[in-house]
Amino acid sequence: MPAPGSRGPDIAFKWVAMFAAAMIVVLIVMVGWELYYGSRLAIAKFGAGFLWSSEWDPVLERFGALPFIFGTLVSSLIALLIAVPLGVATALFLTELAPLKMRQPIIIAIEMLAAVPSVIFGLWGIFVLIPWLRDSLFVWLKRFLGFLPLFQGPIYGLSMLAAGIIIAIMILPIVTSISREILRSVPNLQREAAYALGATRWEVLKIAVLSYARRGLFGAAVLGLGRALGETMAVTMVIGNRPQISASLFAPGYTLASVVANEFTEATTDLYQSALFEIGLVLFAVAILVNAAAQVMLKSMSGSGPVKVN
Amino acid sequence: MTESPYLPTPQFARWRKAKSSAVTGILVACALAVIAPLFLVIYFLLEKGFSSLDWNFFTQLPKPTGEVGGGMANAIVGSVVLLAMATVFGVPFGIFGGIYLAEYGSDRANNWIRFAADVLNGVPSIVWGMVVYLLLVVPFKGFSAYAGGVALGLMMVPLVMRTTEEVLILVPQSYREAALALGVARWKMIVVIVVRTALKGIATGVIIALARIAGETAPLLFTALGNTFWSHNLKEPISALPLQIFAYGLSPYDDWHRQAWAGALVLMALIIVLNVTVRVLSRDRSKTD
Repeated sequence: MPAPGSRGPDIAFKWVAMFAAAMIVVLIVMVGWELYYGSRLAIAKFGAGFLWSSEWDPVLERFGALPFIFGTLVSSLIALLIAVPLGVATALFLTELAPLKMRQPIIIAIEMLAAVPSVIFGLWGIFVLIPWLRDSLFVWLKRFLGFLPLFQGPIYGLSMLAAGIIIAIMILPIVTSISREILRSVPNLQREAAYALGATRWEVLKIAVLSYARRGLFGAAVLGLGRALGETMAVTMVIGNRPQISASLFAPGYTLASVVANEFTEATTDLYQSALFEIGLVLFAVAILVNAAAQVMLKSMSGSGPVKVN
Repeated sequence: MTESPYLPTPQFARWRKAKSSAVTGILVACALAVIAPLFLVIYFLLEKGFSSLDWNFFTQLPKPTGEVGGGMANAIVGSVVLLAMATVFGVPFGIFGGIYLAEYGSDRANNWIRFAADVLNGVPSIVWGMVVYLLLVVPFKGFSAYAGGVALGLMMVPLVMRTTEEVLILVPQSYREAALALGVARWKMIVVIVVRTALKGIATGVIIALARIAGETAPLLFTALGNTFWSHNLKEPISALPLQIFAYGLSPYDDWHRQAWAGALVLMALIIVLNVTVRVLSRDRSKTD
């Protein structure tokens, strides 16, 4: 029999556990509040115009976030355009094609890729990737696709496109592994039914697997976007860090995360620092929204097995 | 079927097969393209970093700007100190949170907390740096190792919480019932039976979290700040390998570039060791279960 009064420690233990779990929710609110608190000067001074102004002049203390929002969106979009097809294709290869013995080593390699720190990608980007891009890929793109405004203008190396490529490499592991989970949840019956109709392997993938998994794969892409938006160090090292809006992908750019990383410790005035906090607030809000959307999408996918006949 | 009718002519059958093989080839090429960067990164880390790893690198402080030589001893120690502090600050919250999810919480509350943890996992790491700057650097008027440790620790909380919950749920319900039937208080049952049984899994989760934060740079930029000397006090700024790699990588000196590669190699080796440990630990677990 428990001794009288032993309920005390029991209740205390439960409260400690509850407090720790509640911390998570408190943390989200606290992060939002702190960022808001830090940016109140800038919010009071610039209002909503902060988001639409493309001027970033620390000397005259005129601040607008548009170049950074633009840079973040464009670099993340490039990353998604590269990483989603590659990631889904690799996931298809791993779940549908690869011999069983080959799967594990490739999966481990992809997990290791996910473990490489951002700053190491940045270092590799500066000294290995950028010189190669500048001398080969960019020159080639300019020669053959130079009629597009995207691939015009001088080639520096440090550029929006380089940042997009680095982010793509960094989000590939998560896009691949989530896509793999999704594809694995496609019932085998789907595949067998298609094979029984005489479909070739590609037709099975197209008719039975991909169309079934479409929603989940979209969720994987959104999760990848969430990661791409917040990538900081590697991007800071290869994007060129210039607050400008340019049609050319060869031109340097700047992102929300990298302007904070670069200028925060140099922000000498209160308003300057406050503007950087507002940049952080924008980044946080977008990241929370995108991640929440991805979670909702992936959850609705994994639960019921929606067999759509259309 | 929305496709055009599949005519059973031999030409068409051949075309379909050819298309299928082509797609197979493309998928293989994609898989190779995805893992290629890993090998490229590791190749260049070894090529550019290995030759600079000498005794000085591990024992000396950085030399003043522009001077050749010196090492990253303080950054290596700083990284270890920061990781230890992050563990102390972050892991208790993570484990207790996981215990709440697995042992106490109602389904509805749990769903919200899990959702919050997953969303929190996606918060860009630089944001943690800014928040801890406001919370600890501004009030205490200085960058400090404490602030860096807290920033990294906060990042560990959602990770450790989710893995702890996952392994606690695996503990058979009959263990709990047996303990409670013997009259053991619930908290004692949880600590002595449930957590004890899942201890290896919890440790694995902690190491996974450590491997993820070991290379983080962004949250340290405005908290730990970095330091070119030894830090004798946790209230002072402290150096860390990722910070040193960042600073040296962007510097204009060849000798610093060389050291940045060496530092990156050491950091990568540390992370690989952590990951291998995780693999070994979880292999044992799946064997005994």
